[in-house]
Amino acid sequence: MSYLRSKFRHPALPKNKLGYTVDYYEGSLSTLCAGCGHDSISAAIAQACFELNIEPHRVAKLSGIGCSSKTPAYFLNNSHGFNSVHGRMPSVATGANLANRDLIYLGVSGDGDSASIGMGQFVHVIRRNLNMVYIVMNNGCYGLTKGQDSATADIGSKNKSGQINLFESIDLASLAIELGATFVAQSFSGDKEQLIPLIKAGMSHPGFAFINVISPCVTFNNNVGSTKSYDYVRQHMEATSTFDFVPLAHEIRTQYEEGETQHLTMHDGTVIQLHKLAKDWNPLDRVSAVNAVGRARRDGEILTGLLYMIPECKELHALLNTTDRPLNSLTENELCPGADILESINESLR
Amino acid sequence: MNDIKTNDFVIRFANVNGTGSASANALFTKAIFKMGVPVTPKNIFPSNIQGLPTWYEVRVSERGFLGRREGIDFMVSVNPQSMKKDIADVRPGGYFLYDSTKPLHADMIRDDINYIGIPLMQLSNSNYSDPRQRQLFKNIIYVGALAIFFDIEFKVLEELLAVQFKGKEKLIEPNIKALQLGIDYVREHFEHPLPLRVERRDLLGDAIMMSGNSACALGAIYGGATVAAWYPITPSTSVVDAFTKYAEKYRIDKETGKRNFAIVQAEDELAAIGMVIGANWNGARSFTATSGPGLSLMNEFLGLAYFSEIPTVLIDVQRTGPSTGMPTRTQQSDLLEAAYAAHGDTKHVLLFPASPRECFLMTAEAFDLAEKLQTPVIVMTDLDLGMNEHVSQPLKWDDNRKYNRGKVLGAAELDAIGRYGRYLDTDGDGIPYRTIPATHATKGAFVTRGSSRDEYAAYTEDSAAYVRNMERLTKKFETAREMVPAPKFFQDGKTSETGVIFFGTSTYAAKEAFQMLRDDGFAIDAMRPKAFPFGREFVDFVNDHEKIFVIEQNRDAQFRSLMLIELGLDPNKLVPVLNYDGMPITADFIYNQIKENLSGK
Ligand SMILES: Cc1ncc(C[n+]2csc(CCOP(=O)(O)OP(=O)(O)O)c2C)c(N)n1
Ligand code: SF4
Ligand SMILES: [Mg+2]
Repeated sequence: MSYLRSKFRHPALPKNKLGYTVDYYEGSLSTLCAGCGHDSISAAIAQACFELNIEPHRVAKLSGIGCSSKTPAYFLNNSHGFNSVHGRMPSVATGANLANRDLIYLGVSGDGDSASIGMGQFVHVIRRNLNMVYIVMNNGCYGLTKGQDSATADIGSKNKSGQINLFESIDLASLAIELGATFVAQSFSGDKEQLIPLIKAGMSHPGFAFINVISPCVTFNNNVGSTKSYDYVRQHMEATSTFDFVPLAHEIRTQYEEGETQHLTMHDGTVIQLHKLAKDWNPLDRVSAVNAVGRARRDGEILTGLLYMIPECKELHALLNTTDRPLNSLTENELCPGADILESINESLR
Repeated sequence: MNDIKTNDFVIRFANVNGTGSASANALFTKAIFKMGVPVTPKNIFPSNIQGLPTWYEVRVSERGFLGRREGIDFMVSVNPQSMKKDIADVRPGGYFLYDSTKPLHADMIRDDINYIGIPLMQLSNSNYSDPRQRQLFKNIIYVGALAIFFDIEFKVLEELLAVQFKGKEKLIEPNIKALQLGIDYVREHFEHPLPLRVERRDLLGDAIMMSGNSACALGAIYGGATVAAWYPITPSTSVVDAFTKYAEKYRIDKETGKRNFAIVQAEDELAAIGMVIGANWNGARSFTATSGPGLSLMNEFLGLAYFSEIPTVLIDVQRTGPSTGMPTRTQQSDLLEAAYAAHGDTKHVLLFPASPRECFLMTAEAFDLAEKLQTPVIVMTDLDLGMNEHVSQPLKWDDNRKYNRGKVLGAAELDAIGRYGRYLDTDGDGIPYRTIPATHATKGAFVTRGSSRDEYAAYTEDSAAYVRNMERLTKKFETAREMVPAPKFFQDGKTSETGVIFFGTSTYAAKEAFQMLRDDGFAIDAMRPKAFPFGREFVDFVNDHEKIFVIEQNRDAQFRSLMLIELGLDPNKLVPVLNYDGMPITADFIYNQIKENLSGK
């Protein structure tokens, strides 16, 4: 259980454009273990929504089952949430999104939830380019069922009970790129500076935005030998870039040398300013991104940042040519063809 | 068999799958329908796309009995593979039409039936050159032959072809020619018409002929479904096929040309039902259609929908189990699975349509019921109803009908109340008020989850809260009893100590058997339930009768089990009448079983 949150708020807490302070974006008190990486991600989500001036009730937060999937209760109290079934959040999110294209969909999952039981749905939601942010809180184990290896545990890594993982791990970020995900990022729960802009960029992306966040499980997988431990990640994290997320009409301050900096203009006019660290990597080139991720993996490094992105893409509604109005707002008037047409159908069946 | 039987016979066509026989056979059936005579066709087909035997059985009944009847009066044999069995199936004195391009083998000869040899292949080959046409027109040639044998009006066939080939008029002429080839051959070689005849009547009024699956699809269109998610499986696939067809016609926004619907072919049935639940959670009417194996996969999600109280509409077109069973044969064998789908204490609302008209009405109604009760509603049809064309009363819709979205709070209502509690039983009927995401900036939002929560949707694992919730769900199910469609009775009040219960597609044969029994002097009362849970009228009927026959199409007497579980009855009171061979139940079967039981009393 996390420590009790202090009720005290600084009176001069900054407000966003909507006049809300960041606590308006918080949720119920977390019941996760103190120090759990997932709680830091929840805080980053709240902060990103605050900074993006999002009305919380315009967000729908969905999850599967696991410690990670409990987190929607711990951020955005004024958003509707759906803690669904293990590994099936993508389908629920798909249905919800089809019902109302105007909301922001935020899916939260775990590595067990996405890479094992939910692999089928994970793969297919990518194919459909559903307009949502999909965050995997990746701790390399099953937290809620007490520390079994997950499919993202690295081969040869040791779990809490001292057992060595015998099986090759699934790298969700490479997989997502391979499958044609239109936005793929990787980060670390302990790196707010990087994570918050990534979540903001994901929310502005007009299609499927996947963020794989290494999120150590302090109770079951923070031991020496685990590649998902705080220590390991801190030592082996290598950023592809750092970046600023610049909402529309903001002045772009260039702090970095030209040549290392790349501006990605999003569909709505916002700009991502990337400061590249890895020289051979281009976030718009799938092959280069796959290579960079693969090389890091070979070397036991964790490449973080915005790995790959297609700024302009067609999400599911565009592909299906659904009406611009949310389907859940249509009434009998638009939906029911009426008695006369039914009679003509009857006639054709006589 | 010298008596003339007018409008009362069974004809079976033995074809090979994938040879274009379906449209020729349908032409034959439709012609009889057009002559105002009750008729019902049944496809008996393999799980295969091309090459295996397939049968098409048509019953013509002046008295309007449209279930299956045993005994085949006329067999059209165009499949050498199944010929031996097909000959054996003809009733003594019946007819066997075969392709005499090759002579019949001596061991195919029975001396108690009449053989009609027509060189179908030869006629077709000498009149058409394209191999595909030769194949197709062979079928039309036998339709021509049948028309003259049964005295079917040629004009009717012409009209039907004109409708069928509207826009492709140049196909009409070769079809007419093929009909004529059959007619001419019979004229030259056989006495005609036969003692089996079709005579124009006006018995159908404004009836229509359609499949249950198309009717369900239209019900979903009229009922306001906007999101359909599904995974292909026989025999439910044509529900979504038809929904797509109708939606593309009637659901396109006139100004923008965009679609007022979304259809997703999901990666499996788990995803399909997940999408349906997600869409309904977010306030759009959504449904899926599946069959037994898919229903099994959907179990976990159905449990979630039950506990988290999300309206969900599912159409289960039942077939024999399991996945590698006989997927193209009919049954009513998902009853128990559907009624109690999922782990934990769950119960679901089921609807039992018995005709295309009811498929339409009940599917549309299912959306209202699911939203009023905030729970899954499963429309239980079967392969026979879903995939075969049935004569039905026309579909009806009242333009004043409004969708009943149940208890949903809008922004103003949220403002007007104090603290909102998603799972509070404010009205005492067990049904709480729901909110749709994004309704209000600061009120009405909560995290939907299974059961670890209190009346205000706050997380708790408190046992007392769990029990309170379960008791409310029980109360809600009580409310459902009187909300679902009431049974249909076939008599006024009570006329006998003995009763019979049948539902869904057993109705056709049961009605006939019921009449046969009455003709024999056995008075029995009949009830056709339309829904589960059982309401007051259902229970009264059961209590009012000493012995009740329960007719169903499965091995384990599942409906009877439902009654025993739900009503706590003496099992001896309920006599099962069970057909489970994958073929639609027949009147003779029901009649014999009940008569034997009653006579032995
Ligand atoms: C169908 C089903 N099988 C198994 C479980 C048990 N279960 C609950 S959480 C979980 C693993 C969660 O792991 P992960 O998604 O990595 O989340 P974490 O707790 O590590 O954040 C399992 C197997 C379940 N809830 N449902
Ligand atoms: S068990 Fe691990 S994943 Fe679960 S809350 Fe505790 S630290 Fe987090
Ligand atoms: Mg995990």
